[in-house]
Amino acid sequence: MNLLSHKSLFILLATPFLFVLGCKPGKVSETTDVDAAKKVYVAPGKHDELYLFTSGGFSGQIAAYGLPSGRLLKVIPVFAQDPENGWGYNEETKPMLNTSHGFIPWDDAHHTELSKTNGEDDGRWIFINGNNTPRIARIDLVTFKTAEIIELPNSAGNHASPFCTENTEYLVGNTRFSIPEEGKDDVPIESFKENFQGNVSFVSVDKNSGTMKLAFQIRVPGFDYDLAHAGKGPSHDWMFFTTYNTEQAHTLLEVNASQKDKDFVMALNWKKAEQLIAEGKGKKTTARYAHNVLNEKSQTASSTIENSVLVLDVKDHPELIYYMPCPKSPHGIDVTPDGEFMVASGKLAATLPVFSFKKMLIAIKNKSYEGKVANNIPVLKYESVLQGEVQKPGLGPLHTEFDDKGFAYTTMFVSSEIVKWRIKDLQIIDRIPVYYSPGHLCVPGGDSKKPYGKYVIALNKITKDRYLPTGPELTQSAQLIDITGNKMKLLLDFPTIGEPHYAQAIPAEKIVKNQIRFYKIEENENKYVTKSENDARVVRTGNRVDVYMTAIRSHLAPDNIEGVKVGDEVYFHLTNLEQDWDVPHGFAVKGANTAELLVMPGETNTLKWVPDRSGMFPFYCTDFCSALHQEMQGYLRVSPKSSNTPLKYGIGEKMITKK
Amino acid sequence: MKIQSKILITVSAILMLSAYFFPLWKILLGAPQYPEGLEMKIWLTGITGNVDQINGLNHYIGMQHIVVANFWEFKILPYIYGLIVAFGFFVAWTGKLKYLWLWMAVLVVFSIFGFSDFYLWEYDYGHHLDPHAAIKVEGMTYQPPLIGYKQLLNFVAGSLPDIAGYLVGIGGFITAGVLFFEQRLKNKTKKTKTIKL
Repeated sequence: MNLLSHKSLFILLATPFLFVLGCKPGKVSETTDVDAAKKVYVAPGKHDELYLFTSGGFSGQIAAYGLPSGRLLKVIPVFAQDPENGWGYNEETKPMLNTSHGFIPWDDAHHTELSKTNGEDDGRWIFINGNNTPRIARIDLVTFKTAEIIELPNSAGNHASPFCTENTEYLVGNTRFSIPEEGKDDVPIESFKENFQGNVSFVSVDKNSGTMKLAFQIRVPGFDYDLAHAGKGPSHDWMFFTTYNTEQAHTLLEVNASQKDKDFVMALNWKKAEQLIAEGKGKKTTARYAHNVLNEKSQTASSTIENSVLVLDVKDHPELIYYMPCPKSPHGIDVTPDGEFMVASGKLAATLPVFSFKKMLIAIKNKSYEGKVANNIPVLKYESVLQGEVQKPGLGPLHTEFDDKGFAYTTMFVSSEIVKWRIKDLQIIDRIPVYYSPGHLCVPGGDSKKPYGKYVIALNKITKDRYLPTGPELTQSAQLIDITGNKMKLLLDFPTIGEPHYAQAIPAEKIVKNQIRFYKIEENENKYVTKSENDARVVRTGNRVDVYMTAIRSHLAPDNIEGVKVGDEVYFHLTNLEQDWDVPHGFAVKGANTAELLVMPGETNTLKWVPDRSGMFPFYCTDFCSALHQEMQGYLRVSPKSSNTPLKYGIGEKMITKK
Repeated sequence: MKIQSKILITVSAILMLSAYFFPLWKILLGAPQYPEGLEMKIWLTGITGNVDQINGLNHYIGMQHIVVANFWEFKILPYIYGLIVAFGFFVAWTGKLKYLWLWMAVLVVFSIFGFSDFYLWEYDYGHHLDPHAAIKVEGMTYQPPLIGYKQLLNFVAGSLPDIAGYLVGIGGFITAGVLFFEQRLKNKTKKTKTIKL
């Protein structure tokens, strides 16, 4: 009793109460455990089950991760220059970043979209939008290289993009910013209501080659168009968009665009638009936009400036679109796998409306309108198109994806959680906190006709205390959640590059089966290819010096070059002669103010370099290619402009002097 | 000669024809950096497989480049071998034990010659190295095994029969079997005859 005095006894007994008093309500503890670790453990040397392609956000790129491990496999350069491999720096790829505004080495990339066949992800290409300078890029998933970039004219803030139709017939781009018609746009901002309009671009994709073409554009009323998703199955012919700022405010949108209780979902019949275009109803309109294509055989990009586009105006063809009222400032619009229901998430709404496609068709047929906007566009009655509302889903619903078992998953930005609900009866089944503030989410195949299910990935905007701090600028993150059971279970979280706006995941085998290990040198059609070391040479034409260089383990040929003068334009055309898997060679020369080259086996890349001073310039291979990689080096002598140093080059015993 | 023997000899000759459609031999190379392995297939008419990669690697140790055009064997062998197989069909047609003995002898000589030639090439590639090679290991030679596996620096080199190699081998064994059986049969008949006399 001495040890356990009255005082200490009191403290002992009171401790639980003190804990209870100290506990704030609302905190949910995380449930990660050994079982979760097992589910994400991919043993060394083993491959992941899925690829996850996340948008790189303001980095302008795409990142490919393996799931369930969350291992970063590759950053695919798209809209931003990448000095790591010379993308956008070397002569071959510079034209890929050309636009009507000239060379633009960055963008704000938002939504990854896998190509689809019969509504299913087919693993051939992945598309991503450039939000700032409106563009859509196509990445070839055989080579993981950006193959094509098309600019969209008459567009600003290409945010509702690049969502594709059921067979990738079209990709869309709709304008987050309504703008006046290009060429007639020097008008007061105040004249928003009279002059500003939205513009939906339809980019066709060739079934075989993937080549994109701006097929037509549709002028729509001047609201802010936020996101899109195509119908499928019964709703195949339709494309759905969310709109906010139907108030048509042009300043302090935070307040002025949040006044109405309902904005709209816009349903657009693209099949009908296609038909009108086929009938020649499209008006050929002047427009300037770049179309950039990377030729796979020559690994060389070309940029063409196009100068016209076919335009349909809904003023002339009001039958193309219908508005459906949607509470309040909706963000994501997502179509269920069967194509029957459209889920729109009102950022500021207390409920989550689910629209019925069938009811929409009936409402259109019965002209069940509650009015018209923009003079002649019908607004369908909310009650006549509504299947039902998910009650009290959470705060700040943004996006919904679907699994293979009839469930939907919606992110709640404000309450920082994912909510699982049943499509059949709109009942909420489960909710799980995520860290923090999720934007999009991704269920593998979750926007397709056949979701793969198994996981949901939360794509979070804020990480705060989740990782070791890295100064004021912190990473964004993805969180992997198991959805195989009734209760969702957090398995893993991992940092991402840039901001992972949207991501799509696909079973690995759909992509692995198409992979190539290297480019065949005999098929290399680059204008400056050197197919044999015997052809390695240096050619002077005026002040242009072309160095036809080869790389093979472990030497560059030629590795001694003399006779280059200050101010010469030197082009190093490096061909990697290797014909083996995973043997890239790099190239760097002292003072290069662009980037290095990283050349894959069988490929040719060109680095432009203008020496600014005379002297001795070492060059070398930057990729540790072999045991004698450090020996893979050479010298380039630069003489003053007025000098008579003869052109001399070679390797080993074979030195050639040109008079 | 029994009809079964004639059929078996025909079967052997047909099996031997497989050498025109499948590789006879393979050389396999594996190293930590080559989990997928490299291989070289030796045909009656040439060499296929990762010859360029293997040449690329061999230059470090100063091994000569393997160039198919340098092998006189591939120009002549398809014809000589064709004659030998044709003779097999002839043996089956005539059904003469004498000819069967002759065919067997030719086959044995041919295979001894083949393996010796293969060994000599291997010896030549493995021993005659460029003195300026980047990697020189005192006392090291790089002759691959005639058959089986051998560790050569970071590579495990294997030398094994390929599809046609096995099929031709089976054909050879069948022929030897037929020869053994027919000779015993003949000896027996002789004995029986002697006893009768």
